[in-house]
Amino acid sequence: MKKTAFNSIHHSLNAKMVPFAGYEMPIEYTGINDEHMQVRNNVGVFDVSHMGEFWVKGPNAFEFIQRVTSNDVGKLSIGKAQYSCFPNGQGGIVDDLLVYKYEEEKYLLVVNASNIEKDWNWCIENNTMHAELENASDEISQLAIQGPKAIETLQKLTDINLSEIPYYSFVTGKIGGVNDVIISNTGYTGAGGFELYIYNKDATTLWESIFKAGAEYDIKPIGLAARDTLRLEMGFCLYGNDINDTTSPIEAGLGWITKFTDSNDFIDREALLSQKENGVTRRLRAFKMINRGIPRKDYEIVDNEDNVIGHVTSGTQSPVLKSGIGMGYVKTDQAKFGTEIFIKVRNRKLKAEIVKAPFI
Amino acid sequence: MNIPENLKYTKDHEWILVEGDVVTVGITEFAQGELGDIVFVEIETEGEDLDKEEVFGTIEAVKTVSDLYMPVKGKVLEVNDDLEDQPELVNKEPYEGGWMVKIQAEDVAEFDALLTAEQYKELIG
Repeated sequence: MKKTAFNSIHHSLNAKMVPFAGYEMPIEYTGINDEHMQVRNNVGVFDVSHMGEFWVKGPNAFEFIQRVTSNDVGKLSIGKAQYSCFPNGQGGIVDDLLVYKYEEEKYLLVVNASNIEKDWNWCIENNTMHAELENASDEISQLAIQGPKAIETLQKLTDINLSEIPYYSFVTGKIGGVNDVIISNTGYTGAGGFELYIYNKDATTLWESIFKAGAEYDIKPIGLAARDTLRLEMGFCLYGNDINDTTSPIEAGLGWITKFTDSNDFIDREALLSQKENGVTRRLRAFKMINRGIPRKDYEIVDNEDNVIGHVTSGTQSPVLKSGIGMGYVKTDQAKFGTEIFIKVRNRKLKAEIVKAPFI
Repeated sequence: MNIPENLKYTKDHEWILVEGDVVTVGITEFAQGELGDIVFVEIETEGEDLDKEEVFGTIEAVKTVSDLYMPVKGKVLEVNDDLEDQPELVNKEPYEGGWMVKIQAEDVAEFDALLTAEQYKELIG
């Protein structure tokens, strides 16, 4: 079992630790609702060091990333980040990721922990243009500082004016006594805040600085369980649940990161373009429970005549709404917003409504 | 970990307070900690006669759902209505306000098979 640089801190905080993607990770510290609301109302810190980081360098870096990712890297300028995915050559998704343009010929790809090996092999296999690839996943730690008080907390630790870093942009600089930190205005919570990339050796120094600075906002560590409920309230996809090797980005509502610009000759371009033009048979939809109950992964979605029209891919009780919310693929002809659907929660059929994400 | 000596336990992490042939049932402090924040306790078996180990309800935490099992054979006499609006009582006071049902046992001899506090402590290590 791998450990992040923060492992002993999590233990000392009495976190509930679980194996996740080969790492021992904190799933919960004080309780999922408490942690969730802390991020929505104040500020919380996630250890997301298990995420994978690949550097792509050299004169062919651009061409490589343009080929393997669905978004248009040509639109990316230095200091900007882009959400994207790796199409898998069969209309599915290898992984979703962030692409950072660090320098003219240097990019950082940030991938899901559970897919590091698969993604790395996929990149190697498709690197016919010989870009320089480096898997830095084991050397880089990552903290996500999220919530409305994240910016105030972090501003105390740096001379960089954080309010001048737009959403999906980053700078590299000194923060909390650590040099060369990638300070990225991104996150997976919808609560605002930053993601910081650092070398493992600096990890605990930065953690301590952040907790000192955030004390007045009652800053707290947040586990993976609340990370999941926070992202689900925003309707953000989770790889392995809402998207996978068999779901297309068009079906998943990720058309906005699938760019058919002339210069973007990515893997699966033709197949996905045809889906975009001709339509798909199912769509990923957000739904809110009307009856009391919690939808969970793999539960059946049925119409009022009990016909199965899809399956739940993610579901939870929303700590903010205090009602069940979920996402799932449903047949396109029954996927209109406002459609009444039913979720088979064990032996019962509970009413729900298709809604537009985010939920809050 | 609080494991009151005066209670009996099951391997399903339920506690049982025996008073004559009536037992009160809830889940242990260990169980609520494993489940995390509890959002619903659903028990729709009030008045029913159920066998030992039959499901008398379900408990939903944010992340997971779990069945509740009859520790002994008997009739579900009473359900804790407070849990309808305050399911968090199961987290906050598992042995008091978080009780779930009272059961009229059919055969008090079944109580002998329940675990003592010490045996339960060993079970959860």
